[in-house]
Amino acid sequence: MAMRKLVLTLVGGAVLFAAPTKIGFVYVSPVGDAGWTFQHDMGRKEMEKALGGQVTTQFVENVPEGADAERVIRELVTSGCKIVFTTSFGYMNPTAKVAAVFPEQEFYHATGYKTAKNLSTYNARFYEGRYLNGVIAGKMTKTHIAGYVAAFPIPEVMMGIDAFTQGMRSVDPTAKVRVIWVNSWFDPGKEREAAMSLISQGADMITHHTDSTAVVQAAEEKHKEKGVWAFSYHSDMSKYGPTAQLSGTTHIWGDYYTRTVKNALAGKQKPAEEIWGGFKEGMIKLAPMNKAVPADVVKMVNKLEAEMKAGKFSPFQGPVLAQDGTVKVAKGATMSDKDINSINYYVQGVDSPAPKQ
Amino acid sequence: MDLTFFSSILFATVVAGTPLIIVALGELITEKAGVLNLGAEGIMSVGAVAAFAVTHATHSPMLGIVAGMLAGMAMSLLFGISALTLMANQVASGLALSIFGVGLAAFIGKPYESVALESVPPMVIPVLSRIPVLGPALFQQQGLVYFSWALIAAVAWFLYRSKAGLILRAVGESPVSAHSIGYGVVKIRYQAVLFGGAMAGIGGAFLSVFYTPMWVEGMVAGRGWIAIALVVFATWRPMRVMVGAYLFGGCMITQMFVQGSGVKLDIPAQFLSSLPYLATIVVLVAISRNRSTIRLNSPASLGQSFLPDA
Repeated sequence: MAMRKLVLTLVGGAVLFAAPTKIGFVYVSPVGDAGWTFQHDMGRKEMEKALGGQVTTQFVENVPEGADAERVIRELVTSGCKIVFTTSFGYMNPTAKVAAVFPEQEFYHATGYKTAKNLSTYNARFYEGRYLNGVIAGKMTKTHIAGYVAAFPIPEVMMGIDAFTQGMRSVDPTAKVRVIWVNSWFDPGKEREAAMSLISQGADMITHHTDSTAVVQAAEEKHKEKGVWAFSYHSDMSKYGPTAQLSGTTHIWGDYYTRTVKNALAGKQKPAEEIWGGFKEGMIKLAPMNKAVPADVVKMVNKLEAEMKAGKFSPFQGPVLAQDGTVKVAKGATMSDKDINSINYYVQGVDSPAPKQ
Repeated sequence: MDLTFFSSILFATVVAGTPLIIVALGELITEKAGVLNLGAEGIMSVGAVAAFAVTHATHSPMLGIVAGMLAGMAMSLLFGISALTLMANQVASGLALSIFGVGLAAFIGKPYESVALESVPPMVIPVLSRIPVLGPALFQQQGLVYFSWALIAAVAWFLYRSKAGLILRAVGESPVSAHSIGYGVVKIRYQAVLFGGAMAGIGGAFLSVFYTPMWVEGMVAGRGWIAIALVVFATWRPMRVMVGAYLFGGCMITQMFVQGSGVKLDIPAQFLSSLPYLATIVVLVAISRNRSTIRLNSPASLGQSFLPDA
């Protein structure tokens, strides 16, 4: 057996380790067919493919945030995982706890802020994509009203609403964005009702920050009758809204996972790394644009995307006005990452009362 | 506020209330026979996935409903065997069924998560649908909505106007007496449980085939539990179940319309989201506050096993 492995290694040439490194993933929901966890799993598969026989991966899905997560992470480590990715905000403390116990292993936590020598964090600048979706919406809306189905009033969600509004108002200064909070990450029935009530109140651009495909499906259903268009989130949902989906913001984790694991295997991974990547780092992409988007809009969006990639433009560059008109970022300045990350107010153009803090 | 606006709120309210009515009425019959089946959430999940799979394969929503119903009955049969024949604790059996059903549905449903169904066109009732405001809201609905109205009438008639209903209530009040005058308590309870399962299955089918229309794990999202709660708060009266279900649906829809209308209200969204639950409980408790009628309506032997002496 050992002989055969050695021969294989020699034949393989480039393969550095006799035994592949085991890598574990912890998911908060079932993988499913679209959404947050689905995108992480796609990234896992891409990384596994890119690194060939050097790694094997395993994942545990539907792990509740909290004490259960700690047990699962521990089990992954004791079953031989050298690297563990935990992919939900609520895994922060469990991951930090386990990381402290196993200094030899490396841990990566998505969307959190706690780091240690062997614990890094990673997140994506989803708001960059939201801004571009907003630009398309502003160019194509007839009613000048967009509807936004949102889960919980936390900075991550507020950031997206604000960026979308900034984008929409940049090309349609009278546009309004209305928000419905469904207070659930995942309830297709409620999400659909929220979308329907926005549509019946005049919104012809619909997007969502919830986990199911219900909102895009609702837009597809009302597309013919009311000329409603949708923007997907997390995943490309054009399968569910073949005519109505204009574009969307998708999460791309594959490149990050491949890069990180490659560095880790080569011993080059920096300790306590904090990654917050956008278009530039390839961590988000626009969902393919619908044929209905006019050529000049496509061009404009591509140009803005290129500028964001080059670091020449930010959705939160001044002037940024709060809902009541107070200046939050002056002209010429740009909001700091720290401020973006803790944003808790609506920008001007959001036509719903701000959630209570 | 214009009339189409009111009409669309009413329309959405009826849609949101329909699965609750169907499931709650099934549960009501089950409980009236003295059996507490807490498995509604699981049965609905399995009914939803079965209906979705069959509709997807046959392109017939009708066959989908039948499949959902049969799947619901099969699930409730499991509960019957455990709680009625083997006389296990009803609460524990129901909870187990709930958890099992949600998991089983996720397992069966894996291949269907990527599939989208065509939305089913509504069944427009001639003449009535042309009534202004009410017509588009009430008479351009899915067939199952009309079914839910017929079901309310049928259940009310059955319980209070038919002999079979009287026997069923007797079994729920005092299984010993019913047994002593020659009624098969366990058999009647089985029938009630199967009926409850069938209705929960249809309620699930409504969600996956007509309402969203899609299948994903966890899509029932607590509606089974709400239905069970409705039965209790409605003090086992069919008409009050309807009031409660529409009130719940109505509050949910109205708060969304308020949020989406751009009206500046100084109420936290979290409070608005909890409003349907609050309002439903408060109203139902208020209309059923008479303690003697509560005692009169609640089945005395609810949740207790019955062993016919051989």
